Amino acid sequence: MAGLITMDDLTNDEILKILEDADRLLPVARGELYLPLLQGRILGNLFFEPSTRTRMSFETAMKRLGGEVVNLGDVKTSSVVKGETLFDTIQMVDGYTDIIAMRHPRQGAAQYAQDSARVPILNGGDGAGHHPTQTMLDLFTIKQAHGKLDGLKVILAGDLRFGRTVHSLSHALTRFGCELIFASPEILKMPPEIVSDLKAHGGDITETEDLYSMMEDADVVYMTRIQKERFSDEDEYAKVAGAYKLHTNDLSDVKAGMIIMHPLPRVDEIHPSVDTTRHARYFEQAFNGVVARMALLCKLLGVEVPADVQKAGGAL
Amino acid sequence: MSNEHSMRRVTAIRNGTVIDHIPQGQALAVLDMLGISDATSVPVSLVMNVPSKKMGNKDIIKVEDRELTQGELDRLALVAPDANVAIIRAYTVAEKMIINLGDEMVNVVRCTMSNCITANLREPLPHRMKVVSRDPLELRCHYCGRPQDLDKLVKNVI
Repeated sequence: MAGLITMDDLTNDEILKILEDADRLLPVARGELYLPLLQGRILGNLFFEPSTRTRMSFETAMKRLGGEVVNLGDVKTSSVVKGETLFDTIQMVDGYTDIIAMRHPRQGAAQYAQDSARVPILNGGDGAGHHPTQTMLDLFTIKQAHGKLDGLKVILAGDLRFGRTVHSLSHALTRFGCELIFASPEILKMPPEIVSDLKAHGGDITETEDLYSMMEDADVVYMTRIQKERFSDEDEYAKVAGAYKLHTNDLSDVKAGMIIMHPLPRVDEIHPSVDTTRHARYFEQAFNGVVARMALLCKLLGVEVPADVQKAGGAL
Repeated sequence: MSNEHSMRRVTAIRNGTVIDHIPQGQALAVLDMLGISDATSVPVSLVMNVPSKKMGNKDIIKVEDRELTQGELDRLALVAPDANVAIIRAYTVAEKMIINLGDEMVNVVRCTMSNCITANLREPLPHRMKVVSRDPLELRCHYCGRPQDLDKLVKNVI
């Protein structure tokens, strides 16, 4: 069964349908309604790299829908440390589960796992490659705030080179006709092959190092962390660490409806004073990870989300 | 100098394979792609940098007593996509073959990105390169999606 490895695995219509399903599932995600659509199904959580939000939100999503979860656990205590190949690990988990959510430090690992597996794979991040389930929750958050995805002006800022969330998101936003501003230090620019791909698909793209002057008419400012763990050279990291720090002082001239997003965790890209402004959406965004992943689990397991969730569900 | 003169620089072979119109300087890469090394047991003649009406200069390889298969020849799409290949039997051209660049090259070269999942050589699935564009040639790893630098890629022959 096909999984979700990159955003190319979904058409625009499928994306919109999943977002509609996610919207209907909100009361289930909040724990206000019991709807065991995935009862009897098992999710395998394979996180070969640290994860807090992605792993926990997959687990929450599955459990809110009545399903079960088995975890790889700490890689240091699994067979991986004994030298087991990804292929062998997947063969094993494929037999234990109905669907797999996976994060791996190497690029291409999710596609490799999908080619090795019978069950669908949900790519929860492969190296500096793709992170499509994050993109789905990002799109959900943007649509929730603006009521639409098309024609928005979106700034992606920070580490655009290694940041897999922005790689997947920029592809999706281009498909919906958004104008994109890539704001990053020179050494963390969006990879040229991604920029050329986006332009080949009609992308309206501006690359700059100056984040702040671009914010005035933006609809979304998507901040990312400069990822220390992706640098082999500490000096190189030190040169760009703290390149952008959003403070309430920077928000005086922005649009009233502009939202600030961040895949989290943050370091110092967004000052805590921004948290209480009307622009901050990153904590709602993190919550939306549950509802977006609920809709994705249903989609990939072939389970239809009822049109009337209230009628189909029951009290907890 | 005519093409006929170029061909005569080495003796005609009784049986085997002639690969003509190899881009200048690519003959050694062709041998690498075909897995023909100095340990090979059949005679191999190599002519480099000879004049060609069609190409300016070209390389030619003659492999005696071995008929290369279509699968072997298709590997050459990476370095000599327009080469002419002839199977020789009893000093005459018995068969002309065309190098086919399909939609994908399987187990010909390894991805050049060091962090690709296929860099772990113990992983058993095949190395797959998708052909994104034929002219100019652009290949991307099926797994990580990284566009490949062709100069680096030819050094990653399997």
